[in-house]
This record gives sequence, structure tokens and C-alpha cells, in this order.
Amino acid sequence: MRLQYPEAIRIIRVPCTGKVDILHILKSFEKGADGVYIVGCLEGDCRFDNGNLRARKRVQQAQALLDKIGIGGERVQMYNLSSGEGPLFAEIAAEMTAKIKEMGPNPLKEALKKQAA
Amino acid sequence: MIVAEKKPIEEIIEEIKDYKKILIAGCNECVTVCEAGGKKEVGVLASALRMYFINNGKKMEIDEVTLERQCDHEYLEEIRNQIGQYDAVVSLACGVGVQFMAEKYRRIPIYPGVNTSFMGVTEERGVWTERCQGCGQCILARTASICPISRCAKRLLNGPCGGSTNGKCEISKDLDCAWQLIIDRLKELNRLDDYEKLLPIKDWSTERAGGPRKVVREDVRL
Repeated sequence: MRLQYPEAIRIIRVPCTGKVDILHILKSFEKGADGVYIVGCLEGDCRFDNGNLRARKRVQQAQALLDKIGIGGERVQMYNLSSGEGPLFAEIAAEMTAKIKEMGPNPLKEALKKQAA
Repeated sequence: MIVAEKKPIEEIIEEIKDYKKILIAGCNECVTVCEAGGKKEVGVLASALRMYFINNGKKMEIDEVTLERQCDHEYLEEIRNQIGQYDAVVSLACGVGVQFMAEKYRRIPIYPGVNTSFMGVTEERGVWTERCQGCGQCILARTASICPISRCAKRLLNGPCGGSTNGKCEISKDLDCAWQLIIDRLKELNRLDDYEKLLPIKDWSTERAGGPRKVVREDVRL
């Protein structure tokens, strides 16, 4: 297919999105990520029944918390697509990148620079 | 188990914002099971607080620890050598743990990180309900193992009252009438005759009404 998607994205592979914990999401931001999105199987298609539904809950938890601490809950998103939807994967990557670019960098990076100065 | 709920992070921030070095202390028992104050919640709270304070231009050091229990001396002793370096502790244990830690470490402010709710069960993932109020004189033997003290809004000993409709309590259509549950279970156990036996007036002095309570067991005391 040789599809292009933005180079800013780093893929972290997990056996199932049910493995993704709210701590993984929060730590990503603590370490400076500008945005995080979870790509799970289609709802109803989870090999483990509800792994992707669990992931969605954790994304919602992270969003609520990030909103409260001023990082911005919108920086975390959940997407569902099947493994046969390569073009959609690339589309989502571009959509998420555009969204994050619009929001600007993780505010922690700026704050840390100020603290160091 | 003792069921608790996480306090809103804004409330915790407000309490600790003037300190520089904080310890967040979780508990491996009840609050871990009800997902309010275990190792995971300690990690989440610590991470969120770190980000909040960095984002607000404040230097705040936040460390994490999770003790086996906070209601026993031996586990609280585990942090004796490190607790002195902190300005304050946020304990994610139930109210019991917060107080016991404060009794032990008198010079360090200990803040609660959860709202302790009740003694109850995990009815399903994410749903906890009350089962016991620790009244000090268990009557479950007489009520088909369903507690009217904790589950009947009026704590009736010989119910149900007139507010029971289609098995539900008058205070909420989502709340089962405890006495309906008792009668149904007595039927299932073929013990409906027991329903006719009146429970005597309860001695409430062993309940909270009698003041703070204490159990002393001379046979196990050292």
C-alpha cells in the first residue's frame, strides 16, 4: 500500500488495547508527549471481548484528569478500526497530528524550560 | 471491605499547594480493591500532581509508597526512616489509615486522599454497595443473612414498612426493600415461619450511638 503518515508519530505495540493503562497515558505526557491516541479493534470485535472497551474507559479517565490539571484532555483520543483499514489508519494519523499541531506542544515542556532558566 | 472514593484532585491540590516535598501513601488492602487508593491510584495521582505543579511553575517533589496496610503498627513503621524528609503526606488509605498514620507521626501533616464511604461489597465492576454498619450485635442469623440495619433506610427490625412497593424502597426505585429481600430468602430457605418471630428492641449502645467503640481481647493481648 505504501501509505504515508506523519513522521511525528511513534507507534507503541501492545498485545491488546486492554493492556493500555491510564498510567501509560499519563507517563507519556509526563515525559513530554504532545498527544497520545489509542488505536483499537472495532467495538464488538475484540478477541478478548472487551479489551478495546476497557481502553476507551481509560482514555476517558485520562481525558478528565488532563483537563483538570491544565494539560488538555483533547490530547488523548481513542480510535477503532480493523486491521484491514490501512488507509483509515493513515487518515487518523494525519487527523490526530493536525489536531495536536493546532493545540500546540505539551505545556509541560515550556514550563520546564522556564523553570530551568 | 471498606469502600472509599477518590477525592477530586482539585481538593488535594488546594491542601498541599504550599508544600515542597510530598509523599503519597497508598494502602494495599480495601482501597486497592475498590480502586480508590492502591498502588495504581498512587501512581496516577502522583503523576497528575507532578504535571499540575510543573505546569503551574511550582517546584514540587512528589514520591510514592504503598504500604501493605495503614491500620497496623508494623506496616506504618516501614516508612519511619523516610517520612521525616517530607513536608506532608497524602494518604490514600481509608480514614482509619490516615488517622493511625497521624497518631504515629505527630509532626507531619497527613491529608486524606479519599472519601471513606462504607463497609460493602463489589456488586459488579465499578459498583459498590453497603452491607454492614458495624452495629456491634449481629442479627443476620434472624434475618436470612440480609442486614436490615444497613440495607433498610429506616433500619427496621420487624419490617417491611408501608413504603415498600413491588420490592423497592420508597426512597428510591433503584433500591431493594431489605425486608422484601429477607422475606424472599426466608421463602427460598423454607423458613418463612421465622418471619413471625419478632426481633426484640435492639441495644444500640454497641452501635455508634454509644460513642467511640473499642474491642479488648485479653485472651490474645500480649
